[in-house]
Amino acid sequence: MIALGLEGSANKIGIGLILHPDTPNGTPTKPPVILSNLRHTYISPAGSGFLPKDTALHHRAWVVRLIKQAVRQAKVKVEDIDCICYTKGPGMGAPLQSVALAARTLSLLWGKPLVGVNHCVGHIEMGRAITAASNPVVLYVSGGNTQVIAYSAQRYRIFGETLDIAIGNCIDRFARTLLIPNDPFPGYNVEQLAKKGKHLVDLPYGVKGMDTSFSGILAAADILATKISDTLPEEERLKSEDGELITKEDLCFSLQETAYAMLVEITERAMAHVGSRQVLVVGGVGSNLRLQEMMGLMARDRGGMVFATDERFCIDNGIMIAHAGLLEYGTGVRMPFEESTCTQRFRTDEVFVGWRD
Amino acid sequence: MSPPLDPTPVDADADVDVDTDTAPLHTLPPPFNLSALTPLTQGAEALVYTTTFLTSSTHVVLKYRPPKPYRHPTLDKRLTKARLLAEARVLVKCRREGVQVPAVLGGDWEEGWLVLEFVEGGTVRGVLDGWAEGVRIMGGEEKVWALMGRVGRAVGRLHEVGVVHGDLTTSNLMVRGPSPPEGRGGGEHMQRQAQSDPEPDILDGEIVLIDFGLATQSVHEEERAVDLYVLERAFAATHPAAEHLFKEVLRAYGESFKGAKVVLRRLEDVRLRGRKRSMLG
Repeated sequence: MIALGLEGSANKIGIGLILHPDTPNGTPTKPPVILSNLRHTYISPAGSGFLPKDTALHHRAWVVRLIKQAVRQAKVKVEDIDCICYTKGPGMGAPLQSVALAARTLSLLWGKPLVGVNHCVGHIEMGRAITAASNPVVLYVSGGNTQVIAYSAQRYRIFGETLDIAIGNCIDRFARTLLIPNDPFPGYNVEQLAKKGKHLVDLPYGVKGMDTSFSGILAAADILATKISDTLPEEERLKSEDGELITKEDLCFSLQETAYAMLVEITERAMAHVGSRQVLVVGGVGSNLRLQEMMGLMARDRGGMVFATDERFCIDNGIMIAHAGLLEYGTGVRMPFEESTCTQRFRTDEVFVGWRD
Repeated sequence: MSPPLDPTPVDADADVDVDTDTAPLHTLPPPFNLSALTPLTQGAEALVYTTTFLTSSTHVVLKYRPPKPYRHPTLDKRLTKARLLAEARVLVKCRREGVQVPAVLGGDWEEGWLVLEFVEGGTVRGVLDGWAEGVRIMGGEEKVWALMGRVGRAVGRLHEVGVVHGDLTTSNLMVRGPSPPEGRGGGEHMQRQAQSDPEPDILDGEIVLIDFGLATQSVHEEERAVDLYVLERAFAATHPAAEHLFKEVLRAYGESFKGAKVVLRRLEDVRLRGRKRSMLG
């Protein structure tokens, strides 16, 4: 079976085609084959975020081009495609709508059934498919989501999550404060700066059980950022214990060290709680090498291991939507055309996972 | 992606019900050494052992917080010290106020260890897992409901004295079980009940709250409500089949102390704050 996947819940539009070879009774028995995986990102100027309206415009401008190119690159004919999968949510309203509209148009034009996919489940399923992790604790970290998830009884259950803003949002907004460019993405640039940081400045550490909070850290980091400006007289500028001036590299370093330690801690607590030794990191922030390294050190101490993917699959993409959608389609679930809506709020645990034992 | 790691050898006479074949070896600070310790569990923060302390017949739990290699050393020291001290202070306070918690027998915040009274019994989690798997428990569902009531009252009592647990899960709620026959023999008597096979009469046991590693002293309804919310979510995620029982926890909590009703109202707000909830209406 072949599916076309359309993703556009945030500032990336992703189109992908996936093949599930050999699917007796709809259940794939072999690893999926990625036929094409294209993405285009809307990048806003440094110091600003991506607004829903502009992002939707971007997606509308790119969707046709990307679909044409993806189908051509996959070397499939329209007749070969079994279903069209799109992101039903969660995400930003306007970008979601623009992509759902494209999916519905194609569905009518080509006479193909639609599958609405939960974005988070897309990330989890793609991560599992790429890394072959069988039943891991999943840390899902991105610009809009921060969740610790484990599978149990036909649902991806949320054990812990952020109580306010997502980790990626925290980092992106701090990048805006420091006027760090958004190209290729803010988290990448913060990661590069953090490599040059030396001094750890105190930031709040917000862990409540398996939940986290990042808004206080962002507020504290933003305040510290005002104290490192070189327009300030030297005696008013922030210094380390040994009297060295704190740099923006130090702030990026401190933010990463503190925030990622929180993420590793809640993941470890979930692992201890459910008795699992595998961790799978998915979502855009999951491509951060320092986070992967920290997670690996934690897993090692527990006699376990960490699974992660690179930016092709970590960062939002169409292929994950196609993959998760096709898994659901294989179980015989059909979405009536009238129900092919999208929604900004769509919890990971609302999805009935009929394709797993 | 990191490669799988070789299992690290561990103390050979560690014969408890936790998986020890791949448990990592840690060197413990004096006066402890691994030969006299029996691993009990590896929590998220701490390695927990049973051992004896001060006298050879005082059976205790040793909670050791090893340095976390993933954490920046400065941050790690800060957190270990703050948490260990907070935990000890909260436990002492609870004890003074008559809340059922393990007693503190000793500790060192620089080295990261705390010695606590050993609590006989099993976890609420084990009891519920057994119940969900259809293990016939004498007294049936009524006893489980009564147990849930005791959980609610225990959490209520904790909040009443001004302590918020911070990590309420069913693994951190113990049910005091029957004492072993006489004297306190070898380690085999000291083991927790196998999680899926609780002794029937454990259902009548008293609730003891454990693991105060994230506890804080607070009387704010917000923090109390978040405490309940954490438990509610852990409950729903761990025991899908027993989710309806949580109503009883909340009912008993609501009647347990003067400010409890206000906390339950606040809990409704906290639930709505969870991210990406479906909006109805």
